[in-house]
Amino acid sequence: MSDTPAFSITTRDLNLWYAKFQALININVDIKHGIITSLIGPSGCGKTTLLRCFNRINERYTYVTTQGEIKLLGKNIYDPDVSLVELRKSVGMVFQRPNPLPISIYENVVFGIRIHNESRQSTRSDLDAAVEKALTEVGLWKDLKDRLNQRATGLQLEQQQKLCIARLLPLKPEIILMDEPCSALDVEGTRAIEELMFELKGRYTIVIVTHNMAQARRASDECIFMLMGEFIEHSPTAELFVNPKNPKTAEYIEGRYG
Amino acid sequence: MNSPRIPSATTGTESGSASRFTATPFVRKKERREAAAKWIFFSMAAAMVLPLLWLVSYIVVRAMPSLSLDFLLDPPLRGMTEGGIWPALVGTIYLIVVALAISTPIGVLAAIYLNEYARENWFHRVISMAVINLAGVPSIVHALFGLGAFVYAAQFGYSVISAALTLAIMTMPVVITSTREALASVPRSFREACWNVGATRWQTIKAVVLPNSVGGILTGIILEVSRTAGETAPIMFTGAVFYKAVERGDFFPYQLNDQCMALSMHLFALSTQVPGVKPSLPFATAVILLGVVLAVNATSITLRVWLRNRKKW
Repeated sequence: MSDTPAFSITTRDLNLWYAKFQALININVDIKHGIITSLIGPSGCGKTTLLRCFNRINERYTYVTTQGEIKLLGKNIYDPDVSLVELRKSVGMVFQRPNPLPISIYENVVFGIRIHNESRQSTRSDLDAAVEKALTEVGLWKDLKDRLNQRATGLQLEQQQKLCIARLLPLKPEIILMDEPCSALDVEGTRAIEELMFELKGRYTIVIVTHNMAQARRASDECIFMLMGEFIEHSPTAELFVNPKNPKTAEYIEGRYG
Repeated sequence: MNSPRIPSATTGTESGSASRFTATPFVRKKERREAAAKWIFFSMAAAMVLPLLWLVSYIVVRAMPSLSLDFLLDPPLRGMTEGGIWPALVGTIYLIVVALAISTPIGVLAAIYLNEYARENWFHRVISMAVINLAGVPSIVHALFGLGAFVYAAQFGYSVISAALTLAIMTMPVVITSTREALASVPRSFREACWNVGATRWQTIKAVVLPNSVGGILTGIILEVSRTAGETAPIMFTGAVFYKAVERGDFFPYQLNDQCMALSMHLFALSTQVPGVKPSLPFATAVILLGVVLAVNATSITLRVWLRNRKKW
C-alpha cells in the first residue's frame, strides 16, 4: 500500500539521530498528492527535521544518521541510483528566513535554470519568459517587473519570501517543502503567503511546518501532529482540530503545552 | 494599591525635593574612581601609539639625507657604501610575486576543499593540525628546511626559486587560514538556497560562495605580502645575496635560478657587515621597506572597506 500513487511522500520506520540524540523515532506517514499538509507540534518535536529528510538536506551535516525508508512519488530516495541534484530539483524548499541570493531579482529566478542547463543552452527570451511566468505565479510581477535588476536582498521580507518560492517554480518541482515560511513575516505578509499557497495547491504537493496553530487550521488540508520525535496523529485538518483522536493532540491544540 | 512607603511627589517639602537625585559622598567617591580608571586605560592606549610614532619619525629623520628618486633607482655604489637600493627592491618584489604565485593557488584551493567539501573526520583533523603547526614553525627552521630541501636535495641551488618556495611554504598556512575565515563568513543560508535548487557544491562555490568571499580572500593574501616582504632568515639561507650587479632601473635583472638581492637582507648587510657605509643609507633602506609594507597594507584595508560597503545582506 506504500506504493499507492495517491501519496506523494511516504515514510516507513524512519529514524534519525543527531550524533547520539534521536530526533525522529519510527515515523510512518503518508502524505497525499496535491494538497497542503501541515506538520505541527511543540518546539523540538522533529517536524523540521522530518521536513528536511524529504530532500535529503540533512545529509550535508555529517553528524546526522538516517535509517528507514522514504518514498517520494513511489521512488525510494535512498536508492543508489537517485541523484541528489535531480531530487532537489523536484523537491523545492522554502526556509524560515527568506534566503534570496545576493544577486539581482532576475538572476535569483533563473538561478535554477542556469544550474541545470549547460550555459548558452537557454536563450535570453526563454529566461525572460520563465522569469515573467514564475513572478506572475507568485504575484510579484506587477510590482517588480521594472526593477528586475535590483538586488533581491533589498526587497521587503514578504517579497523576498515570495521570490524564494518563485525561484523554485522554473524547475517544475512536484513537492514544495515550507519550513515555517511565515515566521519572519507580519500579518499581511503571512496572509499573502497563505493565499499564494492556495494558488499553488493542486499543482504542487505542499508540506508546511508551522508553529502557528491558527495557520495550520486556516491553510492546510491535513495535519500531522508530532511530539518528542514521534508521530502521534494524522487527520484531515477540520477533524484534528475539532475531534482529535489522540488525547495528546487534544492537549496540544488546547494549548496545555507548546 | 498606594503603598504608604512611596513618597508622594506632590507632598514633598521644599527641602525634601531639593536633596532628591543629588550625589552622596559614596557616589562621589565612586565617580572619582571611575575617572581614575578611565584615565589609566586611556593613557596606556595612548602609550601604544608612541613607539610607532617614535620609531617611524626616528627612521625617517635619520634617512632624510639619502632619500631621493635616485636612491630608489640606483644600484649600490662603491662597495655598497653609497648609491641606491634598486636591485634589492626589485629582488624583494620578485620574491613576493613568485612566492605568492606558488602559495596562493595551493592555499586557496586547499581552503576551499577544507571548508566546502571535507567532512569532519580524521583526515580533516590531520590537515587542520598540519596547518596550525606549520604556522607555528619559526622562520629560521623554515630557512634550514628550504636550504636542505630546495637548495641541496632538489638542486635548485641558491636561487630566487629556492627562496620563493621557502617563503611559499611559510605563508601557505596563513593563506589557508584567512581563506577559510573568508569562506566561513558566507552565510549558510546562501548555500542552502543553492543546494535546494539542486546545485552541486562546485556550482554553489562558483555562483555564491566565491563572489561573496573574494574580498576577504584577497585581503588575507595581500596581508601575507607584507609579512613576506620583511622576512630575512629564510631568504638568507636559500637565495638572497649581499650584492648583485644590476643596471639602474632594470626591471628584469634576475632569472628564477639566479641569486638576488632583497631589502631585508640589504638592510642587515648595510647595518652590520659593511664598514664605512654612509650613515643614512640603512635608515633610507628601512624607510623603503616600511613604505612597501605600509602601501600594501593600505591597499588591503581600502579593498576591504570598499568590498564591505558593496555587499548588503
